[in-house]
Amino acid sequence: MKPINEAAISFLSRSANEGFARTAAACFAAQLDPTLDEVNDIKTAVSEAVTNAIVHAYPDRLGKVSLRLRLFEDGVLEIVVKDWGVGIEDVEKARQPLYTTGSEERSGMGFTIMESFMDALRVRSAPGKGTTVTMRRRISRRYSGGGR
Amino acid sequence: MSVTCTGEDRNLRLTVSGEVDHHGARAIMQELDRQVDAGLPRRLTLDLSGVTFMDSSGIAVLLRAYRRMAELGGALTVANVPPQALKVLRAAGLERIIRFE
Repeated sequence: MKPINEAAISFLSRSANEGFARTAAACFAAQLDPTLDEVNDIKTAVSEAVTNAIVHAYPDRLGKVSLRLRLFEDGVLEIVVKDWGVGIEDVEKARQPLYTTGSEERSGMGFTIMESFMDALRVRSAPGKGTTVTMRRRISRRYSGGGR
Repeated sequence: MSVTCTGEDRNLRLTVSGEVDHHGARAIMQELDRQVDAGLPRRLTLDLSGVTFMDSSGIAVLLRAYRRMAELGGALTVANVPPQALKVLRAAGLERIIRFE
């Protein structure tokens, strides 16, 4: 299925970009006229995925993180967060609640939050090559806008 | 993001404002540690009324406050949690171990 709109940004793995990325995603989602709850869910899930990339993908250097947003006819927003960092050895283990290899600021609940706030979550990773997190969320349409 | 501290008689109230994410969590934890070490409170209230966004970094902040107060044999209460933050904290099951009011 072809998207009806899409946007992409990339940024360095600096923690200051966490706020930038989630706000950009919320702005893109705004064209669907989402509820405040829906916007907050999107911001939270994007924050988790981008923070994972910033904390784990590039442990000793700055690297590139990309955020791609696509919107489909049926009101589904697809969010893809990709990095080219160290990758995840065992994705299944990493997705377990409370599992973390991070420092004490991390709770190990990132994937759990993404899973519970989005309709679908897919994580693809290869050690040494990077990680791609794909999330989908359907936004219920409240009116039909006239824009193209 | 900012943390302000009020309180007396070993009753400490920390009011957190702004966005609580990984970028800001370390500073909040440092301030929490500083205030707890200085005041040795019996009761700590974390007031989240000014929090405009929270992700799972907030879970780590609350768990740290909980651990610090447990070490001191004191009590932690989390107050005025905005709906977005509450949804995150509930997803982690925190209301089972921390008192919210």
